[in-house]
Amino acid sequence: MSTYAQKKGFGATLWDFLTTVDHKKIAILYLIAGGFFFLVGGLEAVFIRIQLAVPNNDFVSAGLFNEIITMHGTTMIFLAAMPLVFAFMNAVMPLQIGARDVAFPFVNALGFWLFFFGGIFLNLSWFLGGAPDAGWTSYASLALHSKGHGVDFYILGLQISGIGTLIGGINFLVTIINMRAPGMTYMRMPLFTWTTFVTSALILFAFPPLTVGLVLMMFDRLFGANFFDPTLGGNTVIWEHLFWIFGHPEVYILILPAFGIFSEIFPIFSRKRLFGYSSMVFATVLIGFLGFMVWAHHMFTTGLGPVANAIFAVATMAIGVPTGIKIFNWLLTMWGGSVKFTTPMHWAMAFIPSFLAGGVTGVMLASAAADYQYHDTYFVVAHFHYVIVGGVVFAVFAGTHLYWPKMFGTMLNEVLGKITFWLFFIGFHLTFFIQHFLGLWGMPRRVFTYLPGQGFDAANMVSSIGAAFMGLGVIVMLYNIIITSVKNVKVGNDPWGDGRTLEWAIPSPPPFYNFKQLPLVRGLDAYWLEKMDGKKGMTPAEPLGDIHMPNSSFLPFMMAMGLFIAAFGAMYHVNDKAWALPVMIIGLLVTFGSMFLRSVKDDHGFHIHKEDLMDEEDKGVKA
Amino acid sequence: MHADEKFTYETWPAAPEKSTLESKNKFLGFWFFLGGETVLFASLFATYLALKDKVPSTTHHLAKDLFELPLTFVATMLLLTSSLTSVYAMYHMKNFAFKKMMVWLGLTALLGAGFLGLEVYEFTLYVHEGHTFTSSAFGSAFYTLVGFHGGHVAFGLLWCLTLMIRNSKRGLDLYNAPKFYVFSLYWHFIDVVWVFIFTVVYLMGMVG
Repeated sequence: MSTYAQKKGFGATLWDFLTTVDHKKIAILYLIAGGFFFLVGGLEAVFIRIQLAVPNNDFVSAGLFNEIITMHGTTMIFLAAMPLVFAFMNAVMPLQIGARDVAFPFVNALGFWLFFFGGIFLNLSWFLGGAPDAGWTSYASLALHSKGHGVDFYILGLQISGIGTLIGGINFLVTIINMRAPGMTYMRMPLFTWTTFVTSALILFAFPPLTVGLVLMMFDRLFGANFFDPTLGGNTVIWEHLFWIFGHPEVYILILPAFGIFSEIFPIFSRKRLFGYSSMVFATVLIGFLGFMVWAHHMFTTGLGPVANAIFAVATMAIGVPTGIKIFNWLLTMWGGSVKFTTPMHWAMAFIPSFLAGGVTGVMLASAAADYQYHDTYFVVAHFHYVIVGGVVFAVFAGTHLYWPKMFGTMLNEVLGKITFWLFFIGFHLTFFIQHFLGLWGMPRRVFTYLPGQGFDAANMVSSIGAAFMGLGVIVMLYNIIITSVKNVKVGNDPWGDGRTLEWAIPSPPPFYNFKQLPLVRGLDAYWLEKMDGKKGMTPAEPLGDIHMPNSSFLPFMMAMGLFIAAFGAMYHVNDKAWALPVMIIGLLVTFGSMFLRSVKDDHGFHIHKEDLMDEEDKGVKA
Repeated sequence: MHADEKFTYETWPAAPEKSTLESKNKFLGFWFFLGGETVLFASLFATYLALKDKVPSTTHHLAKDLFELPLTFVATMLLLTSSLTSVYAMYHMKNFAFKKMMVWLGLTALLGAGFLGLEVYEFTLYVHEGHTFTSSAFGSAFYTLVGFHGGHVAFGLLWCLTLMIRNSKRGLDLYNAPKFYVFSLYWHFIDVVWVFIFTVVYLMGMVG
């Protein structure tokens, strides 16, 4: 029954992916789309480093440079890192808890298409009069005065993709609470599932402030409201608050799943259970909680006063404690283990010192008084690239290598994987380590060029050379993906040989119903336990029976596309274009019409019959 | 229990809104959705409080010049009563009394429509007094907060009517019972939000 086993035409495969509600296929869609945007954002990074390689460079103009840095940040955070993390959540989390799908498969597909259309909309700005240029934070005092439609693309594109993320978060929360297999108690959940859980809670409470901020900005720019216009009583600081009340939890939304992926990798390749499991869970929840208490540390220089700055400084430093707990637990997991130096393990081991460096500069930045010196310099740039690249991007690379066989049924080449690792790892430190010093020497961020002889020349050249190494690493990875996909050597259930959790107990890729019979979970690292007892697979928790599955649907695509169309209407309506209003109405009709259709048309799904499941077993099909 | 099974009063489960896995998921997911909505409205309230009475010149109306308690009091009563009628509707849903449920739901929609009508009337009054969406930051914040709530009421009305019309011929089953139930949750939520709007915007606007 597996789609990979059947030969299908291109059209049928395309239609399959456009209408799928299967979490494993949606994961592949997230991986492809997120990977695409990662390449786009990476290209923008390369342009930035070319422009800054030498002083007084004119590779791009000042205005275009602003567009490139804005789009680099926005693309990397919203359209690359988040969807790539979502790809692994979708691919792995339901398998880890022993579920047949997520709680709302339809909503899962809708979430993907909203993200996808939002991202496409945002990037179309390049071809339609210029990209947003007010920075990824889009502070109102800049954004309101930005000419053209760049910032409108930002507002509407992020709004659409933000809704997709929000419903994705709700979906994962309900899945984890309601759909765990028998015996899978909360304290037996793999750490990646735990981080998905806490991340989803963060998404649920962090995205609405962004939604509101974007709505207010949209009203100001497109419909004549005055939220951020001081001459009419408005206040631009409101945007800063709303943005960072979202923005700070957002960085934990990115890093917690990364912690989760590494917490899977360390035990697998140390062949030893995760050290301090319950303290890891506790630290994850605590980081999630504290993540909401620290947003104003992005606004130390806004002028909130010494009391506010002091409170937020202390709260920020407190986050170092649970994060430190995690670092020590990872180290102690390796301690005395029988460590296998695979590609994912390379990334995991490189992650610890890299991320730690970013954490240490984080504590430095948290000192409000000292922050006045670091603020808006390359020191900050170095800091957040150390945590986001050294944390999230490393985790995405590690996760790609680790879960590639589970998602596609074939392994990535280990030699090429290690070449990618070394190129990227060296390039990363070459690019960003020196930026700490550039910042301390006084180079401000977001400048499009600098004068010669200020002491910035050599350091910027080093930084740009590092970026080239990272680019090469990514190219090797793409080559790796292509050649291994062409060879397509099939692998079994547990290709790494030391899988501990439920996803490694079923075929790679899993059949579309995941588990023929729901597994009985007898403890933490459920599959490892069974292996240690000399069993080949999981003990089923139920007799073989009919399996209820959801129907595919094209409506998620339609709903998201409707908003995409409506966004064009809303945007061009300020130019008094006659077609703008009708386009907006048509777009909204498509969306609400699809919602109406979904509401009135019953969809009970279908059943896979017991007999068919048994047939497959007889024929020996690796379903 | 299957979603498309036929029921009688005797076989109808005690908690029909969460007796299948699908409906349990829907029930929980909707509560989470309301959690997100709470943060959404909290952000709008915070924005309103920051921009209350922030106008460009002394000729603009402030909160205390604009609001009239009798009008908003009637509106409040309509919406609070509609919450009560939706409780009755759910009571009858749990007792497998489809017709009675529909009557009370109809009443809920009617009261909601009355509330919405009063809100539109109220907005036109303010617009004639020069307090518009674009006249000041105060105006933008006021219409955005109250308008977002009004939009939620309007969406709820469409939702309620769609549910009633779609299910008018087929009675209750475990497929549509959770749909009715989450609608009533939603309706309570917008009622609670209104209680805060009435307090923070109108009462505090009159005295503060």
